Amino acid sequence: MKITDSRRLAAAIACILTLALPTARAGDGWGVPQLMRRLAHNKSGEATFVEKNYLSVLDKPVVSSGDLSFVAPDRLEKRTLVPRPETMTLDGDSLTVTLPGKSPMTVSLRQHPDVAAFVESIRGTLAGDLTGLQAFYTLKLAGSPGRWQLTLTPKQEQLARLFDRIVIRGRRADIRSIDLEERDGDHSEMVITQSHIRR
Amino acid sequence: MKVRGARFALPIWVAGLLACVWVIASTRFVSDLSAFMPHAPNEREQVLISQVRDGIIGRLIMIGIEGGDAAQRAKLSHELAERLRASGLFMGVQNGDQATEARDRAYFFQNRYLLSPDIAPERFTAAGLHAAIADSVAALSGESGMLLKHLFLRDPTGETLQLLGQFNGGKQPRHLDGVWASEDGTRAVMLAYTRAPGTDTTAQARAIATIRKVFGKLPGLERGNRILMSGTSVFSVKSRNTIEGQVARLASASLLLVVCLLLLVYRSPRLLAFGLLPVLSGALVGITAVSLSFGKVQGLTMGFGTTLIGEAVDYSIYFFVQRLGQARLANFWRTIWLGVATSIAGFAALLFSGFPGLAQLGVYTISGLIAAALVTRYVLPALVPGTLRVRSLDRLGLALEAVIGRARTLRWLPLLLALASALVVYAHAGKVWNRNLSSLSPISKADRQVDLTLRRDLGAPDLRYMAAFTAPNQELALQGAEKAGAALRALVKNGLIAGFTTPAAVLPSQALQRARQEAIPAPDTLRRNLKQALVGLPVDIDKLQGFLGDAAAARTHALLTRADLDGTSASMLFDSLLVKRSRDYLVLMPIRAPSRDADSPLDIKRIQDALQKTHLRDIMAIDLLKETTSLFENYRNEVLAMSEVGSLVIVVLLFISLKSVARTARVVTPLIAAVACDVALILLSGTELTILHLVGLLLVVAIGSNYALFFERLNLAGSPAEYRQTQVSLVVANLTTVGSFGILGLSSIPVLSAVGITVSLGAFLSLVFSAILSRGRWRDASAPGLLP
Repeated sequence: MKITDSRRLAAAIACILTLALPTARAGDGWGVPQLMRRLAHNKSGEATFVEKNYLSVLDKPVVSSGDLSFVAPDRLEKRTLVPRPETMTLDGDSLTVTLPGKSPMTVSLRQHPDVAAFVESIRGTLAGDLTGLQAFYTLKLAGSPGRWQLTLTPKQEQLARLFDRIVIRGRRADIRSIDLEERDGDHSEMVITQSHIRR
Repeated sequence: MKVRGARFALPIWVAGLLACVWVIASTRFVSDLSAFMPHAPNEREQVLISQVRDGIIGRLIMIGIEGGDAAQRAKLSHELAERLRASGLFMGVQNGDQATEARDRAYFFQNRYLLSPDIAPERFTAAGLHAAIADSVAALSGESGMLLKHLFLRDPTGETLQLLGQFNGGKQPRHLDGVWASEDGTRAVMLAYTRAPGTDTTAQARAIATIRKVFGKLPGLERGNRILMSGTSVFSVKSRNTIEGQVARLASASLLLVVCLLLLVYRSPRLLAFGLLPVLSGALVGITAVSLSFGKVQGLTMGFGTTLIGEAVDYSIYFFVQRLGQARLANFWRTIWLGVATSIAGFAALLFSGFPGLAQLGVYTISGLIAAALVTRYVLPALVPGTLRVRSLDRLGLALEAVIGRARTLRWLPLLLALASALVVYAHAGKVWNRNLSSLSPISKADRQVDLTLRRDLGAPDLRYMAAFTAPNQELALQGAEKAGAALRALVKNGLIAGFTTPAAVLPSQALQRARQEAIPAPDTLRRNLKQALVGLPVDIDKLQGFLGDAAAARTHALLTRADLDGTSASMLFDSLLVKRSRDYLVLMPIRAPSRDADSPLDIKRIQDALQKTHLRDIMAIDLLKETTSLFENYRNEVLAMSEVGSLVIVVLLFISLKSVARTARVVTPLIAAVACDVALILLSGTELTILHLVGLLLVVAIGSNYALFFERLNLAGSPAEYRQTQVSLVVANLTTVGSFGILGLSSIPVLSAVGITVSLGAFLSLVFSAILSRGRWRDASAPGLLP
């Protein structure tokens, strides 16, 4: 059995993408390439999040919140504070989950080829490697720089088995949310408030 | 020349040899290395350590498949596992296949209410349920949410995840194409547990050969595919093969060397044949004596025992040389007997060493030497025709005398060297002894590397720390494991240990299972409690019908037995931790240290104190590494003490015989210098001393005292020619010893090479030093005042 949940990881990695997204300046032209080009410039970022999980087994969504931090090129920490403290740290290849009162569990992403494919795709994104990203996803950018929506649809069976799509919404410089739609109809919405970004 | 009793000597000798052959014909010869590893001093530890090996370590074979690509390796892994399971030689074969993992998950899920440590009456009260379900709801947004949500409706209190987490406590190998693979993905890995115990080396050899054979015949095998195997049993089979091969080869090589050397010097095949008679008779008597007193004979004992009694060749050489002249026979025999006595004093120390192999060696050499001396004394005179003469060695003798004469001017050298050696030993203080038992193991570095690699790939548990106890039956064993588990859990909580594995985690005692069944309330009560518990939680009771049904079924479920584990990987875990023995059950609970660093060991005493509070009869915490290391040190100290006693006895014997402090000192001084230089040279070569080096030094004293003695007695020779002849004989005898032990020194078996190098070096040095320190040229011994 796997000790970690690939879906959560997918969402976590989507956060890297989010935090890495730069301010889109007017006049640059608008499109995925423009977004990509700036990704590599990001050094670090911090934000808070509120995540709603809509699960068919529950009558109401589970709401969790905490903060996120990202340090280029591949370190991301997601600290959930409510309802249950839990820290997930992605550092290079290793993902560590820490629950209070328990010893941290570390898994190597290479042990999870499905997730590894996902991680590679995000790395590609951070590096501004559009071709690499397109190997894994169909990218669709809609809206205007003032109110845009980037949709990532997995191309590979391994990823498609986990989720249908990731939708990232933003307004100009602000990333507002990341939605993850799972195969079984469950979905989660993560609303992000960026507090600090360094480039 | 007439010897008293010669008439009876021949028939007695022949009858004796026939009897020996008869005993030897029915003797069992063994060739594993265990006899040359120390045995635990107290019986309990001895049983425990051997059972630990018997229980898990000895049965485990780690397998790696290399070459080809990942998909092809995965296919081979499946095929190999399937065939090995069908062979019947294995208790289980694990390769991480999904079928087994699915069975594991199903076992834990279906029996969660009998297995989960959280099941207690409080768990099913409204408050208990509320807390547990709220926890699960929170966890749904956490890292294990995806797995949890599939189980949630039937397992809202989250028992399954808890169980799986506990079961998988350690590190799991990675999966690649549906089977276990190494971290870097270049190797498929699997585990096989043999049905035969690890101590049954023959059965282990068969299991290993079967794996190799089955692998070689797998369909779809490609040229580049290669199988790796490791584990304690693989090591013991390998070392047995090495020993069997090398003992025969080395023994024949050294025999050949001795024969060639003797032929070269004496140029008489007949003389050679007669010369070897005492040695061969001694070997037969030695093997017989060992067989009669131990019930079996170690291959290694024969190997270097025969080399040891090789010094008996010297007796016949002296005999041939001496009988020609007008030598005073009484004096000659006195010298021989004194030599035998000092050798025996040295070898006797072996009898009391904690190593059964060395004790065998002691019996072998003592009985063999006595037999050889008796044959030289009584049989040779009756057999050897008076016409058989030793070729004149006078030319060689003269040359030798010149060399030795010149060497005598270097009298200061041995003392200086001894002093320098003392300084070397002093400079190595603290690094003189090798504390690592593996330094005696015949396993090559490459094999150890394979072992390390596979162990890492498989995340195989480091079985260094262990809690162990015995119980009269399985039920009490499991109840004990539950008590000990509670004590250990407290230690996990305060961080002293990282975790532990217990057989009770996969199969609780019947008593505990029953208690858990009783903890589940009647269906109506449970429904009422649940309804109350769900107030304020986003869960609808109608969705939890599965949970209510499962809980009700668990109340009357048949209690789990060992048979329910069949087909899961938990069965292997269980069988290896709960070992059925002839009279009782041994329970082993491996303990994980927070750090894998060998330099920061667990505080065994605190674990022992905590376990003691369980009041289990004979529970103990063991650090296997420390246990074997300290055992080893105890034995070393024992052998050291024995060597000192042996050396002292030799000195006393010499003094009684020589009746002069000065003459005794003359015999002993070169020995001391030789031993000191021997030790210094070994240390300077970067080798730390082991117990076997110590044994080697003892042999140096035993053998070297003979040289010193004969040199001291040279002046009893009847004529200058005879004097020279004896001197040549001494050198030849020494060369045979140096040569045959030197060959042992080339062995890749550390036990053999340690003794071989020590003895050949030491024997040579003691001859050289004896010659340098000897009193000089032949003088007419009949001159008054020179007779002893």
